[in-house]
Amino acid sequence: MGNGNTEQRRRERLDRGIKVRSDGLYALMSWRELAYLIVPRLVLIVGLLVLPLVMPGAYWQRVITIVCIYALLALSFDFLAHYLGLVCLGGAFFVGVGGYIAAMFNSSLSLPPLLTVPVATILGAVICTLLLLPCLPLRGVYFAIVTLMYPLVLARIIEALDIFGGTDGIMGVDSFANQWLEQYAVISLVLLFLFGTRRLVNVDLGLVFRAVKDNDQAVRASGMNISFYKAIAVFVASAMGCLGGACLVHIYMWAGISLFALDFSILPIAATVIGGAGTLVGPVLGCIILVPISELLREFGTLRIVFYSLILVGFVVFRSEGLMVYGERKYHQFQRWVKV
Amino acid sequence: MSEQPILEAREVTKAFGGILALNRVSFDVFPGEILGIIGPNGSGKTTLVNCITSFVKLTSGTIRFKGTDITRKPAHKIADMGITRTFQIMRPYYSLPAYKNLVIPLFSPRAKRTGGWRGGGKLGDRNTVGIDILEEIGFERDSYVPYKMASALPTGYLKRLELARCLALKPELILCDEVFSGLSMSEIASMVPLIERLQMDGITLIMIEHRLRELFRVANRVMVLNFGEKLVEGTPDEVMADKSVKEAYFGSEEVEEVMTYA
Repeated sequence: MGNGNTEQRRRERLDRGIKVRSDGLYALMSWRELAYLIVPRLVLIVGLLVLPLVMPGAYWQRVITIVCIYALLALSFDFLAHYLGLVCLGGAFFVGVGGYIAAMFNSSLSLPPLLTVPVATILGAVICTLLLLPCLPLRGVYFAIVTLMYPLVLARIIEALDIFGGTDGIMGVDSFANQWLEQYAVISLVLLFLFGTRRLVNVDLGLVFRAVKDNDQAVRASGMNISFYKAIAVFVASAMGCLGGACLVHIYMWAGISLFALDFSILPIAATVIGGAGTLVGPVLGCIILVPISELLREFGTLRIVFYSLILVGFVVFRSEGLMVYGERKYHQFQRWVKV
Repeated sequence: MSEQPILEAREVTKAFGGILALNRVSFDVFPGEILGIIGPNGSGKTTLVNCITSFVKLTSGTIRFKGTDITRKPAHKIADMGITRTFQIMRPYYSLPAYKNLVIPLFSPRAKRTGGWRGGGKLGDRNTVGIDILEEIGFERDSYVPYKMASALPTGYLKRLELARCLALKPELILCDEVFSGLSMSEIASMVPLIERLQMDGITLIMIEHRLRELFRVANRVMVLNFGEKLVEGTPDEVMADKSVKEAYFGSEEVEEVMTYA
């Protein structure tokens, strides 16, 4: 007690402000703090990079690639749903648009995959954003319904008008130069977008997105056009989806109506539920769990869906917060442990 | 008060279906004054604020701000011109800390245009400017309060946060929708000088209030609404003395007794 204590408390009081404002910089104060922040990130990065090396055979390596594509979609879903408040069921829409653009540029202009993928990403995102523009004033479940409709409509249009190869699709699309390039390209893209979106939601622009989710009327009252900010976010999210679609087309060497399959809309949502909504890492983790499981269950044929649903129900009932939220909490608790 | 009004409302009418929420309300607001708007529950006060800020569209009538017609402008354009509002039911961004709440208005086109805060310094780090504004409005700078999640703040601070969000835009006109409601007497006592200081800084205010005692202290003029129609307009004393106001609030009998307490 006494003077020393008061002095100490006063210093703590002043430090608190500095700590909050300097955010991450505070961690540089000790190796322990630094390791606390870096180790989980390192585990994820190194883990993803090592994954293709430890996989037995080409089949499972291909599965890892598909995992990454679903991870991009899940990331895009999580970003829109939990940082902008737009529940978007249009994953298949993004995949389809990006995939078809990449396939067309490759087959008719014979551009190499290294060019078609970025072109399809940007152009696809522009097209998706323009098409979704009329729906942007919608919120919640209404936006979900409308975006669910888009992939169905596009698939039927392609079928009925027999454009872009009709029901046969566009065949003979080039693959990536080799399998290692394909895998590491996709893995590094997932990591890039994962840390990119995590950064984005914490800069000032990202705060505006989160504000739109929290309270769009207050954002309007602050003199900002919410549709404009929603459009930017939809552009980012659809770019991720289109990128996934473009990669997928070059992996399968074929673009067809099945790119608009609802799997691409639904599985990312399941992955987000399992991984932990709003964490951005969680959905990636969810995909790493869900996609291989669905491959393993393939031998059960149609019963696959039953097991799949059971796993989902189990997660929703017993760990509804998601793995990542649970893991994060345990990790923080572990750090606070003190030996008595 | 012979100068050009900053806000002119003419024959403002708003109908929700068959119900007339506002019926041909006309009034002027002059630069630098505080106009109080009072009226019984459901008399159209909040609807009037919503109409001016374009959160709902008028059925008919015109509203002019510094000579420009703003009747059909979208809400964000109106805020961009310098008309900001607080919400009766506070609308902070609950998932963000208090000071991050101000990063959003500071990110808006108007804040970028008008530059820094009070004195036109460079708009540098929005977090710091946000904390500066919060300090101005009564958040203790070196405490935890500005860094607390908005969801953890008590009503008094949230009301201040509403005002802070307006101030971040460097507004010319603030529409305060019941900033005193839900506050304790001591909180109101510290809020009144704040309002007076805003007026001294040259900001025009329209205040909707149910706390008549405090409102009559700060307001230059008061307008009374009843069932969507303008009843009277005048200085606080004139309004208090007006018989129709008493009838609107208390009914036509036993007026004298009840009014003596106010």
